[in-house]
Amino acid sequence: MSPKRVIEVKDVVTRFGERTIHDGVNLHVNEHEIYGILGESGSGKSVLMKEMIMLLRPTAGKITVLGYDVTDISYEEAQELRREWGVLFQFGALYSSLTVAENIELQLKEYTDLSKQLREELVRTKIAMVGLAPHVGALYPSELSGGMIKRAALARALAMDPKLLFLDEPTSGLDPVGARNFDKLIVELRELLGITVVMITHDLDSIFSIVDRMAVLADKHVVVEGDLKNVLQSTHPFVEAFFKNEYTQEKYLGKIKAENVQ
Amino acid sequence: MNSAYLLYEDHEQYLKLISKGEWTIKTVPQIEKLLQKVPTDRKIIWDVSGVKLFDSAGVLLFIEYLERFQKHTEVKVVGYTPKQQEMYNLLVKSMHESVPPREEHFLESLGKKVVGLYSDFRDFLTFLGETMITAFHVITHPRFFRLKETVYHIYQSGFSALMIIGLTAFLVGMVIAYQGAVQLAKFGADIFIVDTVGISITRELGPMITAIVIAGRSGSAYTAEIGAMKITEEIAAMRTMGFDPYNFLVLPRIVALIIALPILIFFADIVGIFGGMVASGLQLHITFGMFVDRLYEVLEVKHYILGMIKGPVFAFVIAAIGCFRGFKVSDNTESIGLQTTASVVNSIFLVIAFDALFSVIYTELGL
Ligand SMILES: Nc1ncnc2c1ncn2[C@@H]1O[C@H](COP(=O)(O)OP(=O)(O)OP(=O)(O)O)[C@@H](O)[C@H]1O
Ligand SMILES: [Mg+2]
Repeated sequence: MSPKRVIEVKDVVTRFGERTIHDGVNLHVNEHEIYGILGESGSGKSVLMKEMIMLLRPTAGKITVLGYDVTDISYEEAQELRREWGVLFQFGALYSSLTVAENIELQLKEYTDLSKQLREELVRTKIAMVGLAPHVGALYPSELSGGMIKRAALARALAMDPKLLFLDEPTSGLDPVGARNFDKLIVELRELLGITVVMITHDLDSIFSIVDRMAVLADKHVVVEGDLKNVLQSTHPFVEAFFKNEYTQEKYLGKIKAENVQ
Repeated sequence: MNSAYLLYEDHEQYLKLISKGEWTIKTVPQIEKLLQKVPTDRKIIWDVSGVKLFDSAGVLLFIEYLERFQKHTEVKVVGYTPKQQEMYNLLVKSMHESVPPREEHFLESLGKKVVGLYSDFRDFLTFLGETMITAFHVITHPRFFRLKETVYHIYQSGFSALMIIGLTAFLVGMVIAYQGAVQLAKFGADIFIVDTVGISITRELGPMITAIVIAGRSGSAYTAEIGAMKITEEIAAMRTMGFDPYNFLVLPRIVALIIALPILIFFADIVGIFGGMVASGLQLHITFGMFVDRLYEVLEVKHYILGMIKGPVFAFVIAAIGCFRGFKVSDNTESIGLQTTASVVNSIFLVIAFDALFSVIYTELGL
């Protein structure tokens, strides 16, 4: 039996005025996997993700998320769906007028009847889970460093224990150690909570270590989709340039070949 | 001609240019002036071996003049070091043909402005539609109403504005009374100052001054707040969490202003009339007692009501424009400034336009 599909993108076309960004994009995300969206700058990765989370509408095509067709969805269904996912924006997008703790608590307050005490406990757990010190909860977003913002935003995305997590470049702007810890955290979350993760990333370390399957966006299409091995077989110029340059060859591909031999 | 950067020696058949010293971004402007004077009627031999220090600006200058000289005469460059050659190659490789800036025809820019206005108008209608839908939803499902935010904005836009509204209204009341007093005193019709002040303040000036101050104060704040949230993607984040920005951001501001503005107008009426009272006392020696007695006689309640009716309308205009302009902010900080300006200009203009409309309606109705 093939695994359940959490997201399905079918023949998506996106145009801004006369500029075509996507011209027939197809991909699907299976349950419990960490799915990477790759592609060069400006290839429309963020736009595609925004279409999945109903911030933009594709010009044509169909996107199904958790069983709902987001291109044709009623207001009530949309509201329901929005409680099922967490989104981490590229620059955090924390509410600047609220403290970190209030940011995390907001959805719990709006959508649940939990007691204040339980809510606060949940907030503390989420803060600890993403590796932030307890006192950070009382700080405002403007008082945080770039890496702390990312973590706080992840904690907020996790507030409602979502089934589906969208991450836009989660490790960009983090120091290498922080980035690897972030990767570990994402894997742990997947193992622990069984969530599905869709992430846009340029981070080779993440791609080689935690991403299960991925899609490469180039020339307005998905030029290749699948696990690392499938993707590496592609001869598309972007894939060649991204994966098969000297640096990657030396640092990663050598390792992979060695592993395969074993 | 001699300088620290460029020498030239005149020979029969050729001219020898000798570059020396520093050819860097700091010295380039001076060197360029020297280069402009170089005659090109003979062959040029350009010796660059004396250049001790150079950077990309220096080399670019060299390239530019080399090409210029080559157009008129033969040039031979001598004495360059490998490093200079490398820099030259790098810069030549990355030089692009300069594209002349596209000139915009008058008609083109006019057309763009008209289309811009039209799309602004259409976007505003969309905004109003969304607001109405949300308002309808909240009216039918009152538990979705954001009471806390609304109260906060009543405080911010209403209570905090009392000082400035009071001061402005007081001064305007005084000015009206002073101006009127001079004219009325000529006819010995001193007491009519009460009619002038009372009616003009309650019917026209109270609502208008309050609305204009609030447009400048709260309308701009709404635009800047929402605009900043747009840039930081906070609004997008709200949407993904199922928090409708129209319900969370727009409605509380509109409702708050619709509640706060009439109260502020009421306050402005009182303080404005008091200002008139003080000025009449000083100028025409009308005591407060006389003033109030006369006010009772001439100021019908209808004037006050006609003034108050404008309150909610002005409030809606200011808050709606303020929020709409906030949503129009695009992804750069400059546009916050532009939209805030547009917000204040639009709402003050519309307040005055609606005031004129009210005048016409009231007159037609014989009120
Ligand atoms: N709202 C919009 N209106 C018009 N054009 C847009 C809009 N949003 C994105 N674009 C255009 O769509 C293209 C794809 O943008 P997108 O942000 O998806 O790139 P990306 O693949 O995420 O790049 P990066 O890796 O740099 O984040 C860009 O050329 C951008 O200019
Ligand atoms: Mg992006």
